[in-house]
Amino acid sequence: MNKFAQLGADIAKLWLKYGNSYFGGIKNTLILALVGTVIGCLIGFICGILNTIPYSRNDNPVKRFFLALIRVIIRIYVEVFRGTPMVLQAVFLYYGLPYFTNNAVKFTSVWAAAIVVVSINTGAYMAESVRGGIISVDPGQTEGAKAIGMTHVQTMINVILPQALRNIMPQIGNNFIINVKDTSVMFIIGFPDFFAAHRAAVGASYLYFPSATVEMVGYLTMTLVASLLLRWAEKRMDGDSSYELVQEDQLVMTAGTYNYPSRRSPFDEQNKEYDKTGKGKVN
Amino acid sequence: MEQQILQVKHLSKSFGKQEVLKDIDFAVNKGDVISILGKSGSGKSTLLRCINLLETPNSGEILFHDTNMAGRGANAASYRAKVGMVFQSFNLFNNMTVLENCIVGQVKVLKRNRDEAQRHAMEFLGKVGMAPYINARPRQISGGQKQRVAIARALAMDPEILLFDEPTSALDPEMVGEVLSVMRTIASEGMTMLVVTHEMAFARDVSNRVVFMADGVICEQGTPEQIFSAPQQERTKEFLARFHNG
Repeated sequence: MNKFAQLGADIAKLWLKYGNSYFGGIKNTLILALVGTVIGCLIGFICGILNTIPYSRNDNPVKRFFLALIRVIIRIYVEVFRGTPMVLQAVFLYYGLPYFTNNAVKFTSVWAAAIVVVSINTGAYMAESVRGGIISVDPGQTEGAKAIGMTHVQTMINVILPQALRNIMPQIGNNFIINVKDTSVMFIIGFPDFFAAHRAAVGASYLYFPSATVEMVGYLTMTLVASLLLRWAEKRMDGDSSYELVQEDQLVMTAGTYNYPSRRSPFDEQNKEYDKTGKGKVN
Repeated sequence: MEQQILQVKHLSKSFGKQEVLKDIDFAVNKGDVISILGKSGSGKSTLLRCINLLETPNSGEILFHDTNMAGRGANAASYRAKVGMVFQSFNLFNNMTVLENCIVGQVKVLKRNRDEAQRHAMEFLGKVGMAPYINARPRQISGGQKQRVAIARALAMDPEILLFDEPTSALDPEMVGEVLSVMRTIASEGMTMLVVTHEMAFARDVSNRVVFMADGVICEQGTPEQIFSAPQQERTKEFLARFHNG
C-alpha cells in the first residue's frame, strides 16, 4: 500500500514541477494529431477519388494513360508510406533533405516537419479507406445517378461521397486516435509533444515510472474523449431514426389483396369471359 | 404520322466470351408502350441497359433522333437525361429524402431553379401517390413506395422515353399492383415506355407492341393480340404456354 502512496507523492512532485510542460505537451500532441488527421484525410480523399475515376475502352488513349499513371503513382505512395515506420519517415525528411541538398532545402521548424510527416502517413492509410468507402457504396446508387443524366463528378459530389464519408467515419476516428498516440515518435526530430515532456521530466528527476504513469493516464484520457466525441458525431450524421408515419396512401393495398388485372376485365382470372386457352377473347 | 424517337441497329454485346445480344434491330416511335418479354438470360435487361448506355455495346448503333449515341464522343450524360430509367432495385439515393431524390437531377442536370424543381417534383410525387411521404428517407418506405418514388424521379426529368427494367420483380406480391397501376396511368397519358417485365397481363393489357426475346435475339414481335393469341415461333409458343396454363 505504501508503494501507491509513494507513487502518489512522486506524481504530485512531478506535477508541481513539470505540470506546465505536461500540459504544453498535451496541447501540442492534440494540435499535431488533429491537423495531421485533417490534412491526411484531404490527401486520402483526393487519392481515393482519383483512384476510382472509371475509364472504358471508349475513352481516348491519353485519358486512359493518365488515369492508369495516377493509379500507379498512388499505389507506390500508399505502399511506401504505409510500409515504413513513421519515426524513420520523420528522420528521412528532417535530416535527409539537408543532407542531400547541402542544407539548401530543409525544414526550418519541427512543427512543419512533424505536420508533413503525420499528414502524408495518415494520407497513405486514408487513401485506401476512402477507396474502400467509395466502392462499398451500392453500384445501384451510381447507376441511379447516371440514369438521370449526372456526370461522374456530379454523381460523386451529390450521391457517392456523402455516403462514403458516413462509411469511413469510424476509419477517420481510428486514424485520429492512432495519431494521438503515434505522434510520440516525433521526439526524434525534437518535437515538443506530450511524450517529449516525459523525456524532459525524467531526464531531470529520474522518476521514470511515476512520469510514465502520468503519460499513460494522459494518453488514455485523450483517446477516450476523442472516441466519445466521434461516437456522438456519427450519431448526429445518422440523423433522427423516428419519422412521422403517414397512413394515407391510397395506392397501397392490404396484404393478400391483389387488384391487377382489373376486376371484370377480360384478363381477370375470376371473370367468366377470361379465356384460359389464350386463343383470343370470348365474344 | 408516327415520329421515330429511337432506333437500334445491329446492336451486339458480349460479356467476355458470352454473347448476350446478337445483332438486335428495332425502333421505338413516340407514344409506343413496348413490353419486352423472355426467359431470364435472354438479354432483355442487357438490351435496356445498352439503350441507356449503362452497358457499352460492342458494336451497332443506337440512334436517338438520328444521332448515334453508341459511338465515341457521344455525350452519354445529356442523352441519359432524356431517357429515364426505372430499376428493379429502385436505386433511390439513400442520402436524400424522397423529395430531394426527385429534385436533385432537375437542379444539377437540367439547371432548373429549386422552387421550380420542387413544384415539378411535387406534381409527379402526387401522381404516384407519394406526396405525404416527401420527407421520408428511402429506408423508411416500402419497396412498392420506393419504386413509385423512382418513377416520379424519372418523370420529373421530363424524359422522352422511360425504360423500366423489371420494375416489379423485387417486390412483394401485394406491392406489385400499386406500381403497375402507376405505370398504367403513365402509359395512358402518352409516355413512350419500354418495359422489361414478367407481368404478362400488363404486357397484354397496356402495351401496343410486344417484343419476345430468346438467346440474345428478337425472336418475334408484334401487337399483343398477335403475340399472345397467334404466336408464330415455336419458342414464343413454349414461353407463353406456361402463362396461359399457369
